[in-house]
Amino acid sequence: MASANNSAAGDPIPEILQALSKTDDPISSAETFPQIPFETIKAALDRLASRSMVAYEQVEREEAFLEPEAVTIVEHGSHEARVFEAVRKALDGLSIQDLESEIGDKNVTKVGQGKAFKEKWIKKDGNKLVALVDSISDVTRDQLQVIKEKKTHDAKIVADLKKRKLLKLQKVISFKITKGPKFALKLVKEETDLTAEMLASGAWKTATFKPYNFKALGADQHAGALHPLNKVRHEFRQIFFEMGFTEMPTNQFVETGFWNFDALFVPQQHPARDLQDTFYVSDPPKAGRPTKVSPEDKQDYDEYFENVKQVHQDGKFGSIGYRYPWSEDESLRLVLRTHTTSISTAMLHKLAGQKTADGRVPPARYFSIDRVFRNETVDATHLCEFHQVEGVIADYGLTLGGLMEFMDMFFGAMGVTDLRYKPAYNPYTEPSMEIFSYHKGLNKLIEIGNSGIFRPEMLEAMGLPRDMIVFGFGLSLERPTMIKYGISNIRELLGHQVDLNFVQRNPAVRLDKS
Amino acid sequence: MPTIVVDKYRLFEELGEQFTEDTFQQLCFDFGIELDKDTENDASRPKDQAPELHIEIPANRYDMLCFEGIAMHLNIFRGKHATPNWKLADIPEDKLQTLTITKETEQVRPYAAGAILRNIKFTQAAYDSFIALQDKLHQNLARQRTLVAIGTHDLDTIQGPFTYEAVAPKDINFVPLNQTKQINGEELMSFYENDRHLGRYLHILRDKPVYPVILDANRTVCSLPPIINSERSKITLETRNVFIDVTATDQTKLDIVCNIMVAMFSQYCAEPFTIEPVKVVSEHNGATRITPSLATRTMEVEVDYLNGVCGLSESPETLAKLLSKMAYAAEPSKDPKLIKVTVPPTRADVLHPCDVMEDVAIAYGFNSLPRSSPNRSVTIGKALPVNRLSDIVRNECAMAGWIEVMPLILCSHEENFEWLNRVDDGTTAVKLANPRTVEYQVARTSLLPGLLKTLSENKAMKLPLQITENADVVLKDESLERRARNERRWGAAHYGKTSGFEVVHGLLDRVMTMLRINFVDEESEQDGYFIKEIDEPTFFKGRAAAVWVRLGGKLHRVGELGVLHPSVLEKFDLRYPVSTLEVNVEVFL
Repeated sequence: MASANNSAAGDPIPEILQALSKTDDPISSAETFPQIPFETIKAALDRLASRSMVAYEQVEREEAFLEPEAVTIVEHGSHEARVFEAVRKALDGLSIQDLESEIGDKNVTKVGQGKAFKEKWIKKDGNKLVALVDSISDVTRDQLQVIKEKKTHDAKIVADLKKRKLLKLQKVISFKITKGPKFALKLVKEETDLTAEMLASGAWKTATFKPYNFKALGADQHAGALHPLNKVRHEFRQIFFEMGFTEMPTNQFVETGFWNFDALFVPQQHPARDLQDTFYVSDPPKAGRPTKVSPEDKQDYDEYFENVKQVHQDGKFGSIGYRYPWSEDESLRLVLRTHTTSISTAMLHKLAGQKTADGRVPPARYFSIDRVFRNETVDATHLCEFHQVEGVIADYGLTLGGLMEFMDMFFGAMGVTDLRYKPAYNPYTEPSMEIFSYHKGLNKLIEIGNSGIFRPEMLEAMGLPRDMIVFGFGLSLERPTMIKYGISNIRELLGHQVDLNFVQRNPAVRLDKS
Repeated sequence: MPTIVVDKYRLFEELGEQFTEDTFQQLCFDFGIELDKDTENDASRPKDQAPELHIEIPANRYDMLCFEGIAMHLNIFRGKHATPNWKLADIPEDKLQTLTITKETEQVRPYAAGAILRNIKFTQAAYDSFIALQDKLHQNLARQRTLVAIGTHDLDTIQGPFTYEAVAPKDINFVPLNQTKQINGEELMSFYENDRHLGRYLHILRDKPVYPVILDANRTVCSLPPIINSERSKITLETRNVFIDVTATDQTKLDIVCNIMVAMFSQYCAEPFTIEPVKVVSEHNGATRITPSLATRTMEVEVDYLNGVCGLSESPETLAKLLSKMAYAAEPSKDPKLIKVTVPPTRADVLHPCDVMEDVAIAYGFNSLPRSSPNRSVTIGKALPVNRLSDIVRNECAMAGWIEVMPLILCSHEENFEWLNRVDDGTTAVKLANPRTVEYQVARTSLLPGLLKTLSENKAMKLPLQITENADVVLKDESLERRARNERRWGAAHYGKTSGFEVVHGLLDRVMTMLRINFVDEESEQDGYFIKEIDEPTFFKGRAAAVWVRLGGKLHRVGELGVLHPSVLEKFDLRYPVSTLEVNVEVFL
């Protein structure tokens, strides 16, 4: 077909339109344009179909291709035919050795001989082979010849030849093409976009516009993005600000045993202070005793240090204490803080030095969301670092019911309701309440945070008045975030292994929307 | 929190009630313990094993570390039992068993106490629980036997009076528990070196010149605390009279352990809750006394304090009734403002009236307490200035198309120094004493390791990659109490087929503009910022500059930007050029 020749290089569209114009019947791409590559014809048909100029459907069929052995057969004849020919030509018959040298291929000789015997074309006469018939018809060669041209044959023949490993079958996709409702011989140029030039020239009035594909997505924005964990942190900070909390200066990762534990009435033999739980610092080797950092700080740090020692060792402020020999060296060991409560403690100690006009220590609300460190074995839910969300409320006349009321409001602000409070143990709060919420997905109560009233041993040692009640509460930033986004491995959320695609595609955080 | 495993149906029998999983769960929740697991429907439970409950106990409730303690306190809480009245058997002092402490013990383990459980009848379950409680106490309160160790003996196999001495290891000869061969104290160390259970306690004695030992009247070794008892005095199911020795380095914990042991198991004695005391003679330090103390403690607690914090207005009588559910004996005092609270010897966790107050709240039910407003005073919210500043920089970077990352603060020494071609001069990095892996050797002094590790983990992303972080590094500072301080840094890294220096530089310009810092000429003496070439091994030569800021006439070098040296890229396994920026933002506060 002439039309097929000049198609491979150029645009096949005119050719397709030409071919269609000659008939009202569907045409097959495989028959009409066998030389045009599949991709090219598909692209052309898509363009034409998008303008309703043609309609097409994809047709899949199997085609048979000759294996190398079959190519030889088509060229020289089947093995048995070649054997027969050689024997027939030698009028006196041929010895097996002669036959082999005549044909020049040991394998062909061997296979061909067997077949020719079976077909009763030749027989053995003494040590020679002689022909039994004058002529034969080489069926295999004829069949392969047909397949070479038409790529197919009767199913039974194809199956038989395939079994003889002379053919391989391949799936070939072609198209059945018909005229579309807007069929025309020429492709009208369609504009892809409205341009400034078209506006200037007025060309937009007559131009034909290519229809948009409204089902596709728009262009990638190459957007910058804030980290998902920081986005959740931002929401928590907003809740704190709305509730009148001041952010604490938690930008201090290295702490002393004193501020991280002793000041919180955590005894020096407490398991939390074990090497297995706390990162100790080897360099610098040792901390200084608590001191004031600014001249405005009116607190007596020596008295405080002594108070903490006494309340542990001998008991004070109405407490019998832990009654063990308290060690200053242990207190001055440097650690990476295990909680931000070390900073809350320092803040409360500073608060104790403040007085309002009526001579009272002023009520205060503090919060922080910052990094803490635990010497944990790393697994799917534990990292050596995570973020603690912490809040402190210091006021007069507070009650446990007030603490629960506050926690209901705080968690309510992020859409977590139906809280339950469980008695718990914490060395620096008494009472201590674990906060649980019913999780619909998991169908059980899950712990979402901790809260309590700081112990008098901790507060009175700082000089806070006895009638001031201080609530403390805390939760991790990672855990609610993991629950919210269904993340099962904390390393997918924090650290260098976080997938930047996840950071970039993570939606805005709206804690009150479930 | 310690987890105690108890036989489910034996506990329910003891509690006199068949609970469902939900009702038992609720009881635990209200009381403040936690049902961790019920093996009833656990497919992996062997057929011959009774269903078990795994119950988590608060870390300070040493009186609930065994079946007996859990059953007792849940029964008291539910009003089924009264708190037992533990008492010492009334025996004339000259008829008491004695335990004499010698001065030498001061060198290794100075305190000891003793007690006798007379005419006890163990069941298999009670015997197992008796052994398990010792183990739990050793692990928890006794901090792996360093502070306290317990030894138990069949009193009928040994002969008082007893002595607690400290002698040279080679002079101690005995057959250790469950062994057949006699060894001396020196051989003990190598004998148990690889013992999975006992090996971990050897360090407590190893380098001591003398080892502590409890001997009977015939100088037979009863135990070598805190390692092991003797085979000779081993207790069995048939033992009728148990001699308990407790040795310690901490007097308070010694008394707690001694009280708990006898309080929990004296219920199996012929005369329940009665304990035969031992006279501990300690003349060298004047600490001769009778043990166990089993002393109760009486506190006068203000009614207004209990009611006030709990938000209640209950009468002293009602408060006393609530406290009885928590094992106290409480009664109104003569002064109507006070309530007299007697703390049983088992409640070592009660240190202050606030502990009593919590128990009022638990007995009343946390979730039933009246609610009140937490908003009594007006306070004003306020952000930390350095976080406000960081938020400006973070948001500007994101708006400029950069992705925020959050690597860890801790990293290896190599990542922080060698891999960046930087030398540790010992003045900057805080080093950790006990990291589990090299990943956590130092607190970072630069944001670069985290940024580069993040890039390395995200090499499959479409290029170029632009990442940024606003967070703290830690620097040593000998002038401060904590000897170190955080510094807020802003970092950025560009990873692509070209170096991207101008992109990182452009980000610096953009953020400086947003912070109202003008680009100035170095020579101009005007406030503003400029960059000036540096030659540092972290960066490719001729492709790095320091960032300088002059504020109020004062000049600061605040950071640097540059194309990283190829050897740095190789260390962090990066195939394309990287340009970075790192700036201390605290000068802009």
